[in-house]
Amino acid sequence: MSLTSGRRPRGKRVRSHEAGAGWLFTAPVLVVLGLFLALPVGMAAWVSVSNWSGAGSPFSSDVSFVGGANYSELLAGGGLVTQDFGTALRNNLWYVLLVVPTQTVLSLGLAVLVGRQAIRGRGFFRTAFYFPSVTSSVAITVVFLFLFGASGSVNAALAKLSVDGPNWFNDPRGVLHLLLGAVGLDQAPEALASSGALGVSWWEWLSGPSVAMSTLIMLAVFTTSGTFMLLFIAALQNIPSEVNEAAMVDGANAWQRFRRVTLPQLRPTLFTVLTLGLIGTWQVFDQIYVGTQGDPAKTTVTPAYLSYTASFQQQNWGQGAAIAFILFAIIIVFTILQRAALRERTTVPRRKRYVVPASARPGEGGRP
Amino acid sequence: MRSPRPLALLACLATLSLTAACGGGSGFESDEAPEQQETTAAAGPVSLQVMIGSSGPAETDAVTAAVDAWASETGNEVEVIAATDLNQQLSQGFAAGSPPDVFYVSSDLVAGYANNGSLLPYAGELENAGDFYPNLVEAFTVDDEFMCAPKDFSTLGLVINNASWEAAGLTEDDLPTTWEELRDVATTLTTGDQVGLVTSAEYQRLGAFMAQAGGALVTDGAATVDSEANLEALQYVQSMLADGSMQLTGQVGAGWGGEAFGTGKAAMTIEGNWIAGAMTADYPDVDYQVAPLPAGPDGEASLSFTNCWGIAAESPSQAAATELVAFLTTPEQQMEFARAFGVMPSVEAAQEDFISEFPGFAAFVEQGDVAVTVPNAEGVSTVVADLNSQLQGLPDGDAAAILSSTQANLEAALG
Repeated sequence: MSLTSGRRPRGKRVRSHEAGAGWLFTAPVLVVLGLFLALPVGMAAWVSVSNWSGAGSPFSSDVSFVGGANYSELLAGGGLVTQDFGTALRNNLWYVLLVVPTQTVLSLGLAVLVGRQAIRGRGFFRTAFYFPSVTSSVAITVVFLFLFGASGSVNAALAKLSVDGPNWFNDPRGVLHLLLGAVGLDQAPEALASSGALGVSWWEWLSGPSVAMSTLIMLAVFTTSGTFMLLFIAALQNIPSEVNEAAMVDGANAWQRFRRVTLPQLRPTLFTVLTLGLIGTWQVFDQIYVGTQGDPAKTTVTPAYLSYTASFQQQNWGQGAAIAFILFAIIIVFTILQRAALRERTTVPRRKRYVVPASARPGEGGRP
Repeated sequence: MRSPRPLALLACLATLSLTAACGGGSGFESDEAPEQQETTAAAGPVSLQVMIGSSGPAETDAVTAAVDAWASETGNEVEVIAATDLNQQLSQGFAAGSPPDVFYVSSDLVAGYANNGSLLPYAGELENAGDFYPNLVEAFTVDDEFMCAPKDFSTLGLVINNASWEAAGLTEDDLPTTWEELRDVATTLTTGDQVGLVTSAEYQRLGAFMAQAGGALVTDGAATVDSEANLEALQYVQSMLADGSMQLTGQVGAGWGGEAFGTGKAAMTIEGNWIAGAMTADYPDVDYQVAPLPAGPDGEASLSFTNCWGIAAESPSQAAATELVAFLTTPEQQMEFARAFGVMPSVEAAQEDFISEFPGFAAFVEQGDVAVTVPNAEGVSTVVADLNSQLQGLPDGDAAAILSSTQANLEAALG
């Protein structure tokens, strides 16, 4: 209709004509999303503020609204429920703090290595690094259970080096506590032992991941690095080589080119990888369900697993749903935080980067 | 899309209308209840679903055969479903309003299902209600109502490796009957690469010592975890852990007592009769015998574990389901199950038959009279799980602190 009238600003009128067709074409997706995404989320939200006990429909008349009771019992109840939730958060926080940076750095490193033109057998290495990602996490967990058994291959290898390996999946001691113990600090300072949050003392918050959880951390890094490596390879191939060549002409060495030229251009991919990593690690469930069931001494319980046991084993469906929503809030907060951390501060938005400095910019929307 | 607002609005509207439609319509409301009442009374052939959490093909086949026999005798139709994750599949059934008619329920979950109205409290009306072991009846009694008929039961016994026993110069007269004797034989059996006694660090094993000392988690509905008796029991275990005659499964790198025993890391373990299946399947070369657990300061005691045949409150064919359960819990049928997959009959009448047929497991079934069950009140399973996580630190932990924190948790759970 207005293809020829190039001067007309693309505005409301065109859109209103096309709107009907637009909604029509998007309707199937909207219905599917509504039915399988919005509706279940809405139901879960209702369950989290109700006293539904798992029998019959959550919308039936004998289920009543209990307000924030499920949430307050989790966050401020002070009993075993709060303590379990605090322990689960502690475990998962250490898991996230260790897995996300490690897998991001490792996958970026792998991508840079196998992305080089010079390397021989690139295809082989790419496949090898990607392989753990396409294997079922259940299968890998079972393999890890064998590898890290008390008399498994890992300990056999350590024994060859005269190292007495720990009993990986059965060792509830916190890694940070072990390190502190090695320098003589094996008793909790009074200030840390006497106070805490969510029923867990600060000393326990600072325990670090247990030895068992460390094994799961290695497993997570092992399985996910390949996927993120693929994302980084794609991003690296999108970077025009001229930029790098220009930097080379300017006399930048390899590290400077990587740090000052390549890495800034990877920012969007970095954001994607970190976000996906955060979401994946906060939701860790299958390794726990298959591998440890929360043992030893609850050091591998995560909020997602706790939500499952609260619902399916104790029939506390409201509590289980409330844990899921708190987890959702945590993931959102972390994503916002890392988005703020990755924001480009010193430059104008990329779309306008070719514009002359702001002081000399002409009036709004005036760029030809 | 640059401006997401109209899209979001529409999505919201779509969601709202969908939820409204669901809330207003009958899609999620179960308004079939009156209908069900009628069919309960109605006679004639019905079709039943039986869902079991099976230990393996032997159990599935035996249950299917028994159920088929009943079906052909009564003209009903019965389908046996071996669940891969029983709790999850049951929960789905209950939430959807279409649970299986008959299913396994373990004693630690019975209160949860009873209190949300999922279970039909039929067991008190069974003809053979008085035949079950009293402690099993207690395990399935919630608010003074006998919810469901015990399917079978297991107890803990002292499992002894015969080769190690003989190598240490011990004879039948040395079978331990007191805590002191247990410590003595465990010390004798402990060698460079074998520990005298290994068991899991959990209430479901160490709780036997508590019972032998006269302690319990719950007494007359009140929490009694921090009692002198329980402390004495844990301190006895700690003293054995300290002198090396006993270790926990985690310390020897085994997943459970049976693994430690089968692989020769332990000369004795405290396990239930399910160990027989594992020994036959995984460690057929290990020759072993089963003795009753020794008596403590308060006499003989063991722990027992049990499942029941639950019937769904929403089942449209409750009468037929109850008949099926009555058939499955007869002494004859329970002996069939015992032969097929090694469980112990839940009715006292079958005890003598069982002992004469399986003399090696007499120790297990004989302890049925002195065994106590894990308390079944709602919320107790979380407390026991927490106690278990603390018991993993028992070797160098503070037994009194473990008990007092569990006491506080249990008081809160029992309300």
